[in-house]
Amino acid sequence: MKQLTALQQQGRRSNSFRNASSPLDATVDGAIKSPATIFWLVLHGLCCLISLVLGFRFSRLVFFLLFSTSSSPSATTIYSALQTKLPSSGVASTPERNISVGAGGSRVVVGRHGILIRPWPHPDPAEVMKAHGIIERVQTEQRSLYGVKNPRTVIAITPTYVRTFQTLHLTGVMHSLMNVPYDLIWIVVEAGGATNETASLIAKSGLRTIHIGFNGKMPVLWEDRHKLESRMRLHALRILREQRLDGIVMFADDSNMHSLELFDEIQNVKWVGAVSVGILAHSGGSEEGELPMVQRDNNETDEKKSEMPVQGPACNSTNHLVGWHTFNTLPYLERSARYIGDRAVVLPRQLEWAGFVLNSRLVWEDKLEKPVWVKEWEDVDRDGEDVESPLSLLKDTSVVEPLGSCGRKVLLWWLRVEARADSKFPARWIIDPPLDVTVPAKRTPWPDAPPELPTSAEKVVTIPESMEKRPTKSGSRRKRSSRSKRKHSAKVLDDRLSIRHPGDN
Amino acid sequence: MRFCMWAVLLLPLFLGSFGVEGIEHGSVRTERISGSAGDVLEDNPVGRLKVYVYELPSKYNKKILQKDPRCLTHMFAAEIFMHQFLLSSPVRTLNPKEADWFYTPVYSTCDLAPNGLPLPFKSPRMMRSAIQLISTKWPYWNRTEGADHFFLVPHDFGACFHYQGVLTKMSYRISSDTARHISYRKNNVGEEKAIKRGILPLLQRSTLVQTFGQRNHVCLNEGSITIPPYAPPEKMQSHLIPPDTPRSIFVYFRGLFYDVNNDPEGGYYARGARASIWENFKNNPLFDISTDHPTTYYEDMQRAIFCLCPLGWAPWSPRLVEAVIFGCIPVIIADDIVLPFADAIPWEQIGVFVDEKDVPYLDTILTSIPVEVILRKQRLLANPSMKQAMLFPQPAQSGDAFHQILNGLARKLPHDKRIFLKPGEKVLNWTAGPVGDLKPWAYRARVSLVLPPFQLLRA
Repeated sequence: MKQLTALQQQGRRSNSFRNASSPLDATVDGAIKSPATIFWLVLHGLCCLISLVLGFRFSRLVFFLLFSTSSSPSATTIYSALQTKLPSSGVASTPERNISVGAGGSRVVVGRHGILIRPWPHPDPAEVMKAHGIIERVQTEQRSLYGVKNPRTVIAITPTYVRTFQTLHLTGVMHSLMNVPYDLIWIVVEAGGATNETASLIAKSGLRTIHIGFNGKMPVLWEDRHKLESRMRLHALRILREQRLDGIVMFADDSNMHSLELFDEIQNVKWVGAVSVGILAHSGGSEEGELPMVQRDNNETDEKKSEMPVQGPACNSTNHLVGWHTFNTLPYLERSARYIGDRAVVLPRQLEWAGFVLNSRLVWEDKLEKPVWVKEWEDVDRDGEDVESPLSLLKDTSVVEPLGSCGRKVLLWWLRVEARADSKFPARWIIDPPLDVTVPAKRTPWPDAPPELPTSAEKVVTIPESMEKRPTKSGSRRKRSSRSKRKHSAKVLDDRLSIRHPGDN
Repeated sequence: MRFCMWAVLLLPLFLGSFGVEGIEHGSVRTERISGSAGDVLEDNPVGRLKVYVYELPSKYNKKILQKDPRCLTHMFAAEIFMHQFLLSSPVRTLNPKEADWFYTPVYSTCDLAPNGLPLPFKSPRMMRSAIQLISTKWPYWNRTEGADHFFLVPHDFGACFHYQGVLTKMSYRISSDTARHISYRKNNVGEEKAIKRGILPLLQRSTLVQTFGQRNHVCLNEGSITIPPYAPPEKMQSHLIPPDTPRSIFVYFRGLFYDVNNDPEGGYYARGARASIWENFKNNPLFDISTDHPTTYYEDMQRAIFCLCPLGWAPWSPRLVEAVIFGCIPVIIADDIVLPFADAIPWEQIGVFVDEKDVPYLDTILTSIPVEVILRKQRLLANPSMKQAMLFPQPAQSGDAFHQILNGLARKLPHDKRIFLKPGEKVLNWTAGPVGDLKPWAYRARVSLVLPPFQLLRA
């Protein structure tokens, strides 16, 4: 017993293993080597080794487990002893040293406290929902305090037509518009008449939509397409005028990308506003289509790397509109895309419609409220005339308000990406009947020839249905391994068309 | 217990002792905070009191600061800035006969270890020496034995002059790598020792302006003024983000949960409360808590609805100041804490108080607060006078913490006639306290830093 207490006393020293040698010396020198001594020595050594492995004295833990009565079971727990980094025990709900503070009987006690853990320390789904409700409410309050006061309805005008990439583009625009926190009217003008395909797509949005058909098939040449789109937008404005819709008109082309800040910013417009549009006319990875924004005289070699060109208002230092940022497309016209599906870069026009925002009252009929510098609708809406941008609606372009901290912020991006005009896709993207023909990646089912242009002769032969689309930009690379199992389909090469594009596949 | 907490939250509303009205502050709706005596936060102390600043030799203040300019940026810098403020303030008087309060500029928290933490070992002697000087050079100390004097003691336990826990306390501002050599086996020796020391006997009658505040604690005297810890205002204001950024984090906390250097087994640090937070809520997606040191700490606080301010080795922390500045509702987990300017700021209406034993149910507590209450708290926090009261801007602006200290001192006027002693009457015991404190204090120019850190163990 004496040896036990002696060992216990030694065990209480902070680094018990450090003193392993001294008790050995003490006991070996003194007493006779009785089996009891050896046994206690061995036990002590064993305890020291275990402590060394664990990294802490486990004697207290052992004593607690052996001798203590149960502490409150639901509130405390014991850690695994093998976790040396983290604290090793969270026991003892009663503090070890009970030194109460002050004479006032404070309930704060100095000393060691237990770490309280509830029996199931995981989130309760009902509480998580309540918390989300709180967050929603706080954000609504924030918006009403710091955001836009008296928000006006946003009217988005989108020209579209049925083609392979329509679903891709329109889904993007639809989701952006669904996230706009203001009232929204979506006017979708469809070339070639209103179809069920488009109608089913936009019905998924849950927004208030006006789906209008427009007579006239979308042409294959980009120039003609741009012109038709302008006419479609004018048609939408005509509808606005007839129905006297009130709000802020913005032009959401279906392949553009809009940031939600744009919708907050256009709430500030009074009559006509302009935002900066980033032009993503950069071809993916190829030498074509490097469009530097401004031709600088002192061109450092690093500057050659494409800065994205931006179209938008230009301001002087007092934040007044002094001009327009645009870029000269003439040097690139030879290398640009001419028809839809051309692999070259699609160039925008001087100032795209997408960069402008109008107050819908500008096109209304009543003469009273309109400012003096707006043209009469009848002057603008003349058939056959190409309205290149909303600036044609104005007599005086200096009244345009620059938005987005005077055009410094790019709030939307302009992009034109299309598959070939004759590419096919399953209607509404439902595969019915199931595919029986598969196509390998290396050989495309249709010839690498440009499609029928209005001046050339016959039509191209039909192409079997396939899930693959061939974008004008060769940016995306398909994994050959995933398609290697697919078989080559029947030959579809048309011998009549012999033009081949180099650098294929 | 939760009912009691609710009662505490709702009682002030019913009693109406603190009245709040909604006003339009520009275009943002904030609520005016008024105490029972009116808008005490916006009181102007000029004209209500006069302070005389003793001219002490520079070894008590300037030379110490020159020795270590880090004192100007750490959490305890309030003592230095208060001195600078008072020197040029209109409440200062050069005529001690008309002064209501007397200020002794002693920088007792400026003796820093290499890792930046203050060493309080010599502070009692320094204070004693200063008091001996003013009691012999001027008659005003002996007149009242210090009852109309005030001192700034912003260190951990105020005028008990001891550090909490150990010198290896980790904080955002101070790296603890070098401090790993210093460790004490017994972790709570800091607070116990501070309690045993008690407030320096010579300061028993003076008004102490300190950051430490805990009810029924030896180191907090009746009548002390609690102040917030110093946080650099420019640094916080340079990280402001637009107020319309939506608050999407529910609960936010960055800091230690376990102090592995000093308290590896847990249970001492923060009385186990921080560890409890970690264990209960580390899997909870509503709680954005971790020990990271992100560069976007201030920006994240502005995107959070609740910010946890649990106790650490001491009940107070700069997190409270940061939460108030960034509009995040502070969740104060520290039993019996006394918050800064508690008589002027209705903290129960602004923050959420959670008992340490209720920490495992923190998520239930926070999600069951009604939304209107939360919105109201946010409106109170948005009040600019609230934010000003927590800051020590350079130069001083009206309504800031300096002025709140003066307001607090002004509210204690006029002095009770009984504090004036009869000539020859002595109340203070000049020989009380540990023997080490009675040794004279001499300023030593720094040759090399006093002792290598590990020798402190043997001292």
